[in-house]
Amino acid sequence: MAQYLILIYEDETQYEKGGPELWAEIGQAHARFAQQVGENGAQILGGEALTPTGTATSIRSDVVTDGPFAETKEQLGGFYLIEAKDLDHALTIGKLCPARFGGVEVRPVMDTSGMGE
Amino acid sequence: MIEPDAVRAALADVHRREWAAVLTATMRVAGSLDLAEECAQEAFVRALETWPRDGLPRNPAAWLTTTAKRRALDAHRRDTTLRGKLPLLFEPDEGTSAAGLLDPAEDTPMNWSHFEPEPSFGGARSIPDDRLRLVFTCCHPALAREAQVALTLRLVCGLSTPDIASAFLVSEATMAARVTRAKKKIAAARIPYRIPALAELPERLDAVLTVLHLVFTTGHLAPSGTELHRPELAERAIDCGRLLLALMPDEREVAGLLALMLLTDARRLSRTDSAGRLVLLAEQDRLRWDAGKIDEGRQLVVRSLRGGRPGRFALQAAIAALHAESPSAASTDWSQIVGLYDLLLQAWPSPVVALNRAVAVAERDGPLAGLAALDELDRRDGTSLSSYHYLPSARAELWRRLGRRDQAAQCYRVALELVDNEAERVFLAERLAEVTGE
Repeated sequence: MAQYLILIYEDETQYEKGGPELWAEIGQAHARFAQQVGENGAQILGGEALTPTGTATSIRSDVVTDGPFAETKEQLGGFYLIEAKDLDHALTIGKLCPARFGGVEVRPVMDTSGMGE
Repeated sequence: MIEPDAVRAALADVHRREWAAVLTATMRVAGSLDLAEECAQEAFVRALETWPRDGLPRNPAAWLTTTAKRRALDAHRRDTTLRGKLPLLFEPDEGTSAAGLLDPAEDTPMNWSHFEPEPSFGGARSIPDDRLRLVFTCCHPALAREAQVALTLRLVCGLSTPDIASAFLVSEATMAARVTRAKKKIAAARIPYRIPALAELPERLDAVLTVLHLVFTTGHLAPSGTELHRPELAERAIDCGRLLLALMPDEREVAGLLALMLLTDARRLSRTDSAGRLVLLAEQDRLRWDAGKIDEGRQLVVRSLRGGRPGRFALQAAIAALHAESPSAASTDWSQIVGLYDLLLQAWPSPVVALNRAVAVAERDGPLAGLAALDELDRRDGTSLSSYHYLPSARAELWRRLGRRDQAAQCYRVALELVDNEAERVFLAERLAEVTGE
């Protein structure tokens, strides 16, 4: 098994526009996703939703600036750390991950256990 | 003592036919793509050294495989630090002693230990060939199309990086970087070395066929450069198509693609004249078409059309077959060709298909009907065809037939601005000179 990070990129303004009904719907979608991950033989090791990029602060060479690291059309809004057999397995999970206002990026987690020997 | 030239020729032949088999068999021992490739290459070098002296082995492929596997085992033995660290991708083969060298239980992120006893392909029929796994790995959707093409040529066809680079007109360094990056992604992201499950198969197979077709068309009609075709590349694509069909005999689109490639390639010798100039289909010397390839292609077309709705490669092959079996350009069955293009448009709605259909309509109903079809296409898909020189070329040809020289010249000029293949450029320039009377 290997670990993959599923990064959820979405147009965050859509969430600002949506009311409590939208949030309830999204919450349900993620609960369903968590269940599907198990049914598909993978495992969620962690995951969080992030507050909008308006709350982000970036630091480059000690210089602190207001805002996200890069201005993009879709913003990183949450992530899951999962364990899967291989990339095909991870992509199957990635396809199930709710991201109606954008999409997800699947990144293998680097194995550092053999480093520095 | 055999002539070195004869050995080289025999070896080149074995390389072409057996490279993928030697490589995949070596993978079972080597455990990594890189080591397997290195060992397989060394085996071929060793053959070049010893075969002239000892004579050709009775089974050259087996000799090469054994030699390559031995190299891989030696490499593992030499590097004892690998013990327990290097993942075992494959169960070792009979007759090798890799078992015990490495601990199969050890799981590291670099491995393909998710190598499973293969779910059978198309029912519990046979043990799938390792070469199929290799093809599907090289054409995995997580790899960019250009990486898929490069990997397929390198790993499945055994072409060298400089050869691939020159075929695609990029520098050797660029192509080497592309191959290295793709291999790294396979390892780091754990792209599986396996034949896709039945549910994913149509989509995954389509990617494989697209890659092969791209290799073929690059070989058949170089997108730019001075030579019209690069026969070696087209032949490799056909070889690979044959291999794929042998491994997946029930996949009708595989038969369709192979048929399309054979029927197109059959016309290769007549596509240019002795001076290297482009000769249009209608003006080609049909006696120079390769009857053997046409025959094989036609049989495959029948196979690819049978049983259910035909796919896009089968339909394109059927169109190519109609051209091939017509004794002269004038006797071509254009009605049937237009009908096949209609079906093809349904299977594969693409402006390029619509353009070809319009040209067929012109042949069936005359230039004005063709121009009307092209106008309609331009209205609908003009933007996506704006850099495609075949649209103004087709228009120019139809105006020329109508004797409307001014319109023809105007369209030839537009086409000339867009074309980048030298042979086609020369052809268009000659036609322009003809209609302007210069």
